[in-house]
Amino acid sequence: MADAYRREWGRVLAATVRVTRDLDLAEECAQDAYAKALGAWERDGVPDRPGAWLTTVARNRATDLLRRETVLRRTLPLLVTDDVTAGPEDCPAPSAVADDRLRLIFTCCHPALAREAQVALTLRLLCGLSTAEVARAFLVPEPTMAARITRAKKKIAAARIPYRVPAAADLPERVGAVLEVVHLVYTTGHTAPVGAGLARHDLGDSAIRLARMLHELVPGDGDVAGLLALLLLTDARRETRTTTDGRLALMEEQDRSRWDRTRIAEGTALLTEALSGRPPSRYAVQAAIAAVHAEARTWQDTDWTEICGLYDVLRDLWPSPVVDLNRAVAVGMRDGPGAGLAALDPLLDEPALAAYGYLSAARADFLRRLQRWDEALTAYEEALILTANDVERAFLSARIDEARAHLG
Amino acid sequence: MARYLILIYGDEQAWDALPPEELEARHAAHVAFAASAGPAILGGAQLQPAGTATSLRVGADGRPAPTDGPFLETKEVLGGYYVVEAPDLDAAIALASRLREATAGLGGVEIRPLVERN
Repeated sequence: MADAYRREWGRVLAATVRVTRDLDLAEECAQDAYAKALGAWERDGVPDRPGAWLTTVARNRATDLLRRETVLRRTLPLLVTDDVTAGPEDCPAPSAVADDRLRLIFTCCHPALAREAQVALTLRLLCGLSTAEVARAFLVPEPTMAARITRAKKKIAAARIPYRVPAAADLPERVGAVLEVVHLVYTTGHTAPVGAGLARHDLGDSAIRLARMLHELVPGDGDVAGLLALLLLTDARRETRTTTDGRLALMEEQDRSRWDRTRIAEGTALLTEALSGRPPSRYAVQAAIAAVHAEARTWQDTDWTEICGLYDVLRDLWPSPVVDLNRAVAVGMRDGPGAGLAALDPLLDEPALAAYGYLSAARADFLRRLQRWDEALTAYEEALILTANDVERAFLSARIDEARAHLG
Repeated sequence: MARYLILIYGDEQAWDALPPEELEARHAAHVAFAASAGPAILGGAQLQPAGTATSLRVGADGRPAPTDGPFLETKEVLGGYYVVEAPDLDAAIALASRLREATAGLGGVEIRPLVERN
């Protein structure tokens, strides 16, 4: 049931919105359908197509409510939709359902909404996360998140953000905004900003589900294929990122036999599709870097020359201080810790990295390899201040102890 | 259909310093915009400088007290507006994007939906 909830929620909601033309009412109807399913499925078994069952129940409920609601005065205008006359009793054709989910995701990620509102709406409406869960993931109090979601929904209705797939001419730009949201959901889950666990797998799963959905709905788009490839190739390492007793395991120490070969194979296949785009998207290049790691049998086998070259390509496509940082680390792996340290040095003046703990952690690691323990200690201590993730904190504390031991 | 107010904001001093050719080009752009957007435009005007504004707030005696200047003192001020009709926000954004002020710098435009009462 919980599985059906997450998997089908976006589909059910998106199809219901087209009947209600009101996001809140559609959410209510979808919730009702899930509540009904709880009893009915226990009694009669899970239907062959649970999504279609839920959609039909939710849309019938919406039709009922709308019939009654006509006497009530609405405070917000109805969503702007293209005129589609699908009877709620009809079981919608699969392609129409697909279009509804696309409409919903483009509405949630409309450029007239702030990025944080786009992310919140996408997780809430397409992935079925509760407001409390979204609030936890982004470290804001639940009432703040609830207000953010309410305000965004109100803007969609009042400013008439259309419930529609954008015109072909606008599609690449609009898909780009959606991909940024999906990527942000994944990275937030990859290393949880705070708390006991290293990762938040529910966010990672939601992001992969969204990327799969987009890949199915916008086939042949190299950017979408690139993002899905990146997420799969990164996620293949999920189980090995911490040891059985919950400590952080760097890629160097990970048990590569436990990397998820199915995900790697799927990601690598997608990469071919993604790299056919001219020029390739940043996600495709990032996925290519992840693929080089996935292909190396051991840490020592890693082709750092290839990785440095890919970071050069990435830097041209998508200049960012974080890319510079990752490139500097790769240079250090290729040419030795002294070269890595020299490559990191210019980044110390970069304001965007001033509070970015991974810069301190990368410097600390090269200084440790050079046995410059005094400086390594300072850098590890800086990195420790800049993370609130318990697993990362434990790792850094252990390295601080190591440095102190060497200093006597 | 819905109505939107398109507010054109900018730095008045910078506007004043524009060379005559650019002022002429901006004016011509509005004429062209009005001609091409046609019936979508329900109204609009260029405003006199913010220095000509008079604001009213309630005074100590409970009656409106006039003061010299715009309601909000900001570097970028309202310089003009249009009221347009559009089916949705995407159409309104497309329309407003055709304004020279949306692309030429020294300010920008804001799109506000009007409350529709049926």
